[in-house]
Amino acid sequence: MLLTISTTHAPATDLGYLLYKNPSQVQSFELSFGNVHIFYPEANDEKCTVAMLLDVDPVSLVRGKKDGNSDGSLDQYVNDRPYVASSFVSVAIAQVFGSALSGKSKERPELVDKPLPLVATVSVIPCRAGEDYLRNLFEPLGYEVTVEQPELDDKFPEWGNSKYFALTISKVCVLRDLLNHLYVLLPVLDNDKHYYVGEAEVSKLLLHGEGWLSTHPKREDITKKYLKHRYSLVRQITEKLAIEEVNEDADETAKVQAKEEESIERTISLNERRIGTVVSVLKQSNAYRVVDLGCGGGKLLRALLDENEFHQIVGVDVSHRALEIAHERLYLDRLPERKRERIKLMQGSLTYKDARIAGFDAATLIEVIEHLDEPRLSALEKVVFKFAKPKVVIVTTPNVEYNVTFENLPAGKFRHGDHRFEWTRAEFEEWGNRIATTYGYAVRYLPVGDEHPEYGAPTQMGVFRV
Amino acid sequence: MKITLPELCVVALIGVSGSGKSTFARKHFKSTEVISSDFCRALVSDDENNQAATNDAFDVLYYIAGKRLEAGKLTVIDATNVQDDARKPILNLGKEYNCLSAAIVLDVPEKVCVERNAARADRDFGPHVIPRQRQQLRKTLKQLKREGFRYIYILDSEEKIEAVTIERQPLWNNLKHEHGPFDIIGDVHGCFDELLELVTTLGYTATRSDKAEYGFEVTAPEQRKAFFVGDLVDRGPNTPDVLRLVMSMVKANVGLCVPGNHDIKLMRKLKGSDVRITHGLAESLEQLERETPEFKKEIVEWIDKLISHYVLDDGKLVVAHAGMKEKFQGRGSGRVRDFALFGETTGETDEYGLPVRYHWANDYRGDAMVVYGHTPVVEPEWVNRTICIDTGCVFGGKLTALKYPERELVSVPAHKIYYESVKPFLPETEPGQEIQKQNVDDDVLDLDDVIGKRVVQTRLGRTVMIREENAIAALEVMSRFAVNPKWIVYLPPTMSPSETSKQPGLLEHPTEGLNYFLQQGVAKVVCEEKHMGSRAVVIVGKDENAIAKRFGITKEGSGICYTRTGRRFFDDPKLEAELIDDVTRSITKADLWDEFKTDWFVLDCELMPWSAKAQELIKFQYAAVGAAARTSLHSALEALGKAETRGLDITALKNRFASREASVKLYTDSYQRYCWSVNNISDYKLAPFHIMASEGKVHINENHQWHMEKIAKIAEQSDGLIISTAHKIIDLTDPESVAEATAWWTELTEKGGEGMVIKPFDFVASGTRGFVQPAVKCRGREYLRIIYGPEYDNEEYLERLRRRGLAAKRSLAGREFALGVEALERFVRHEPLYRVHECVFGVLALESEPVDPRL
Repeated sequence: MLLTISTTHAPATDLGYLLYKNPSQVQSFELSFGNVHIFYPEANDEKCTVAMLLDVDPVSLVRGKKDGNSDGSLDQYVNDRPYVASSFVSVAIAQVFGSALSGKSKERPELVDKPLPLVATVSVIPCRAGEDYLRNLFEPLGYEVTVEQPELDDKFPEWGNSKYFALTISKVCVLRDLLNHLYVLLPVLDNDKHYYVGEAEVSKLLLHGEGWLSTHPKREDITKKYLKHRYSLVRQITEKLAIEEVNEDADETAKVQAKEEESIERTISLNERRIGTVVSVLKQSNAYRVVDLGCGGGKLLRALLDENEFHQIVGVDVSHRALEIAHERLYLDRLPERKRERIKLMQGSLTYKDARIAGFDAATLIEVIEHLDEPRLSALEKVVFKFAKPKVVIVTTPNVEYNVTFENLPAGKFRHGDHRFEWTRAEFEEWGNRIATTYGYAVRYLPVGDEHPEYGAPTQMGVFRV
Repeated sequence: MKITLPELCVVALIGVSGSGKSTFARKHFKSTEVISSDFCRALVSDDENNQAATNDAFDVLYYIAGKRLEAGKLTVIDATNVQDDARKPILNLGKEYNCLSAAIVLDVPEKVCVERNAARADRDFGPHVIPRQRQQLRKTLKQLKREGFRYIYILDSEEKIEAVTIERQPLWNNLKHEHGPFDIIGDVHGCFDELLELVTTLGYTATRSDKAEYGFEVTAPEQRKAFFVGDLVDRGPNTPDVLRLVMSMVKANVGLCVPGNHDIKLMRKLKGSDVRITHGLAESLEQLERETPEFKKEIVEWIDKLISHYVLDDGKLVVAHAGMKEKFQGRGSGRVRDFALFGETTGETDEYGLPVRYHWANDYRGDAMVVYGHTPVVEPEWVNRTICIDTGCVFGGKLTALKYPERELVSVPAHKIYYESVKPFLPETEPGQEIQKQNVDDDVLDLDDVIGKRVVQTRLGRTVMIREENAIAALEVMSRFAVNPKWIVYLPPTMSPSETSKQPGLLEHPTEGLNYFLQQGVAKVVCEEKHMGSRAVVIVGKDENAIAKRFGITKEGSGICYTRTGRRFFDDPKLEAELIDDVTRSITKADLWDEFKTDWFVLDCELMPWSAKAQELIKFQYAAVGAAARTSLHSALEALGKAETRGLDITALKNRFASREASVKLYTDSYQRYCWSVNNISDYKLAPFHIMASEGKVHINENHQWHMEKIAKIAEQSDGLIISTAHKIIDLTDPESVAEATAWWTELTEKGGEGMVIKPFDFVASGTRGFVQPAVKCRGREYLRIIYGPEYDNEEYLERLRRRGLAAKRSLAGREFALGVEALERFVRHEPLYRVHECVFGVLALESEPVDPRL
């Protein structure tokens, strides 16, 4: 990975003084992740370019520096880290250009605060969110931005372009600002930070973001991504299982998918309405012992927890990670005892019968069934309607007919990447009626969200009663 | 004095403080069998005399006692127990766990107790305590029987206490020492002709004889015993002769019998109880009217003595009329007896006014085989190691016997319909699709069968432990992505590489792989070309009906192709159907259905290209890294070039980066080799390498040559989809043969092949040091770039990469192999789905163990 900084300030070689690096020498530094070489591909009065070449040790990335099998890390050797701009660059900037970063120069103090014509290039930078995202990071700071996007594989042009960019930014500004911008923004684009993010990182961000971050339009995003948290062990394990087929960070994917669905449905704030409707139906049915099947991050659970009459609330999800998130979001460790004892979270599966979910007043399946392969619904039906047998079952699922009204949803695509099917109203009712007949329930259907005269409501709800 | 106690019971020691209960308990019981209130007081409060801790202490005491009784362990409660409200919880424990309660009272003179307490510094309670306890004890003596203690012993002197011996008596239902063989016969209901025919078919002889006490002389074939599950009487045409024959058989010690609800009801009627004359009792009474009063008396006495259920053959067999759930087996209580006679009902009645039965067998998870009758079925079928053999003879069905331990069914058809069933007995059969009862009930697995820490016993000799956190991970993957669990009868194990090579530039080489087997005492191996694709399990049935019948899966086609994590391989059902069709057709053409006497196969395969399943992985990881590396190194070299032109001393660095660029090029070539676009099925290649199972057999007794030959036969018939695998059989004791293997590996890998897999010639090999890996892989130098990174063969990195430990991977491969084979063996034995699922779920759970994924 190569970072270059050029200036056409005259004499351009003053850059060497600002950086404390002699243009006529090649210097190498040993850092924790490998070596950094500093040299000048060009250095004359008109133009001077410094190159920072990172020579990352790929083996130590996975194994740790000295001992053989250090942490049993699940990282891949086949990894873009040795080649792309990442948080390593920030480390290198801080260590090799430390004085310039904090705005010191013994030889040319007058240049420290002087805006210079500067151009920086980053040979490869990963940016899954795309070119616009990259531009939105740098353009608000006044940079002129040029990017190039290499293709994935010239033998398979159908695979399209990679998510990498060659980045060039230019601006007349003080060198210190350029370095600080790079210092903060390059790790933001880095999905896998190589170090543990703790309190120290927060102060670093505050220090290097001083004077510009607070007014940056993307500041929240920058802060969040700069301070990326570590995985939990269970998640690593789950990911490892899925690794054969799914490469992308599972959590990230899930988040992106959820975001997509949310943004597709945003205009109508569907999720809130859905939860509101579910709570109303539950109250109206006098159902105060409720099990939320497929509770995910716990949005419905929170609504139920806020109403004291729901005195026994159980959230079930198959994803251990989702339960961890729900646990955090509901502040379960900090709830008052009286409130805490009303709620319980547990891992469970909708395709395995489970004595723990039997005998509730109500069970809710909110936007859940469509995440199961359709043939597996027969197992879910029995688990819920035959064995758990709550008095009331509320099922919601997207109404696929309504999809045509979403402008940002391509035709034929589902609202969420993990949806295995989306049903028309007729399909849902056919299923619901069959369930009701087979298991001795009466069923009613309710629209959720504003109804379109032709396509109906965005969400369809079935309320089953014994 | 001799005290007799049942081998399983809860014993209350009763006596005032100082009466010597603890001493008595120590003398007659194991220390773990005795739970004393003093001890529990100490457990919860550090002070065994702390009366304030009494309530908590008793909570602990009852809890421990409950756990012991649940586990079938005799338990002695050492507390004063002089008050009836102290004894009540003990009696309740007995009731809850269906065991008898015994009371042993130590009634020693007050003086002795007072003296003993005085001698102990820690017993400083007031003088009023002992007299009060004595008073309560006297009251106790009168009411123990009424309270419900079944065994009561009162020892009213120190001498008697001293002289006591305790004898433990097996429970009546304990016939664990009887090992059979048995012929277990279903509900007879007075069908004498069919019964005679059946026992004759089974090899018994029965001759009427006036000399025999109950009218028949009976002989049995080779040590066998007939075993009647009850309901001998009512409805049918000849109840008296049925009773005569069965009573004769039992008398001659060639028969055993448990009572059915009808037998009991008849007995009660004959004893004079007022019972309703329904459900065919009238027929019995009418037939018995012609019999002598003596015979009727004998019937009453005989039925009265029948034991409601038996546990036999070291606990492997349980027989009861209406079945017996696990926790009642070998227990004795009214509740257990009721279960044996009537089974369990939900409390509801059906449209015919009959009680709705609760299908206890669906929940049965016990190890013992349970054979029962009571509920007429058309065909006896196994459900979770239980079988109902009442095939409704009296309703025009047949009379069935189950041979134990052979598990063979023998039956004779009813001569006619003797009695009309209230509920239609013979259901309307749906033509075409026969789904076994077990499969219907298996539709939904129970979470309790997979979560938590589990231990799975496998026939291959390994006991595999599944840790809870791994089960958590597996549950998510299984629930969200896996196919219908009925398909997943096998998951392939992971495979370990050979030990690390020390040759320059290499991480793996055949020398180490071949040596591994030689050193394990395996002299003959097979080397198979390793295909670079994705592991796939292919199941094919002759047709959809074969799948419906054997796997209980309908409307999901006649086969499936799934990945090593149980996911459907193809998103496009049409592609999958084409693949299954090709395999089925090729098997048909190769005439293997008949050769194997099967209508289904499970094949372990590799499916190419790699890019078919791993497309996303290749694009987002392999190609992406290639793109990043190319771009990055290109600009680095450009900058270095310029610097070099400026005269900077940078040549070494430039050369280094140039060599990195070359490695990246090799890396890209490497993954590209395993990628090609697929549009239809002809773009795929399927390389099966094991015929894992077919009806009745798991083919792990066949060697790999056999597998390769059979598969070659299938491949010959395929339209190019199925390919056979190049392989060589190598004699490890012959240097030439070993050199041939090495040369072949070199040739394969230089052409860009992944490498080869070395397997012991026999499918399951055990070596001088026990378990031998079922396969070891040797991967080629170029292929390993995809695993260890584009630049891994740089000596500087290689040196560190060589430090890799194989122990965890090998242990994992061994455990997964054992589990995978166990799953298939259970499936082939027609075991219930949860038993099969437990093993494959285990494989998936083990896969989440943190093992270096590059191995």
